[in-house]
Amino acid sequence: MVMEIVCPAGTPAALRAAVKAGAHTIYCGFADETNARNFPGLNFSRAEMAEGIAFAHARGAKVLVAINTYPRAGDESLWHAAVADAETAGADAVILADLGLLAYAAGNHPNLRRHLSVQAAAANADIINFYGAEFGVKRVVLPRVLSVPEIAAINKETEIETEVFVFGGLCVMAEGRCSLSSYATGLSPNMNGVCSPASHVDYVEDAGALSAKLGGYTIHAVGADEPAPYPTLCKGCFTAGEKTAHLFEDPVSLNAEHLIPQLAKAGVTALKIEGRQRSRSYVAQVVKNFRAAVEAVDQGRALPEGMLARLSEGQAVTTGAYKKTWR
Amino acid sequence: MEHQDALTIPRFPSLLARTLRYLPLAPVSLALTRLTQNMAKQNAAMFRRLGAHDHACFLLDPTDLPVTLCLEPRGGHPKVSLHRHPPAADARIAGPLAALIGLVHGAYDGDALFFSRDLVIEGDTAAALALRNAVDDAELDLSAEVEALSGPFAQPLHKLIELAERRTGVALTRHEEDFLW
Repeated sequence: MVMEIVCPAGTPAALRAAVKAGAHTIYCGFADETNARNFPGLNFSRAEMAEGIAFAHARGAKVLVAINTYPRAGDESLWHAAVADAETAGADAVILADLGLLAYAAGNHPNLRRHLSVQAAAANADIINFYGAEFGVKRVVLPRVLSVPEIAAINKETEIETEVFVFGGLCVMAEGRCSLSSYATGLSPNMNGVCSPASHVDYVEDAGALSAKLGGYTIHAVGADEPAPYPTLCKGCFTAGEKTAHLFEDPVSLNAEHLIPQLAKAGVTALKIEGRQRSRSYVAQVVKNFRAAVEAVDQGRALPEGMLARLSEGQAVTTGAYKKTWR
Repeated sequence: MEHQDALTIPRFPSLLARTLRYLPLAPVSLALTRLTQNMAKQNAAMFRRLGAHDHACFLLDPTDLPVTLCLEPRGGHPKVSLHRHPPAADARIAGPLAALIGLVHGAYDGDALFFSRDLVIEGDTAAALALRNAVDDAELDLSAEVEALSGPFAQPLHKLIELAERRTGVALTRHEEDFLW
């Protein structure tokens, strides 16, 4: 069976591009704090969501609605409304992270399929089975901390589908629990749906050198011939003592296209592409490549040569935790 | 970790660029404003996507041309002006003309061009991001918009644009999203 390609869409145009390029499934969010890509100019109104879902369904594709931030005390109704509106719009599933919201969705919208967001950081079979038993979760997006053998071990102990990231930006290792952005800006992906908000980011070019600032703090500066620096603290470059280095992680993107055969053998159901903040051009290109790759794997053919290099943030790629060479 | 090759963006011919120093800015600005206002009528959603930034001033700076373009969305009643010396603006987006046009036509990815340093963003990053996302969603075709205002010259202009696109490799019209990758 062909592995499912789950593709990002930050705008209706990106959703259409993804469907036309061959995505089996598209994930997107409403234009508010309920999803973890709450960026300026991005996301869907209620009407756009309904239209996008109708467009996808007419062409045999599914749409998942990410409601994967953590409801703020006293404002839970915003998140509850998002779940209800996703169901009304015809979503095939909602992607949730918060335990309370999962309980709310299971109790009030039992027929709406529930997926567990990567933001929940469920990284072993016990917790995954707990989410399945208590909240009827049908699929779990695994955090990007697991090796391929660890994913295989999880799939042996659970009937719940697993979805793994194969391409795009990497996140600091404790997804859903990271407060780095809050320290510099007061806003975080967990609560506000935005990591390193653009309103707090400044890029300053001086004689070819480019500095990235977040909340007024310079977090990385590069020379004229280097790739532009990330605006996130986790990929910043800092000096401690006499050593200057990327303290948390290197500014690289994930590209696990060559691991698709191993991920298939490990029992993974779906392959997820990161990048709801990216353009429709990115979406179309990445989907075409991965669709061709999963079909080749399904038919026992060699993987086609990828063309994804230029689309990588930071201009460098890694297989991340899937191959833990540092162990 | 593997490092990747950057994309080559076509540059505007420098000799031709030099002749643009003598471009009459006022009439061209008027024509561009009319073109943009026409597009605004067909693409109201693009201006809604700008949200809080729909009255910002954006400086679009083709680095291979001797002029810069100031775009003021003015809540859906846009104004465009050309300048030989860039005026103050909320955000500046700079890069080769081919990159800026390619972004509008969905041929390039803005993040990829930014990280490869083909595109420079200065000033209000949130405003620049909102503009980038709004334009990307609008699926604009600048050539089709110009042709629509060209009356009987539309057909020969279309053929000329097609020829120029083939010769230069610049995405002068809207194609499938992965046209140039």
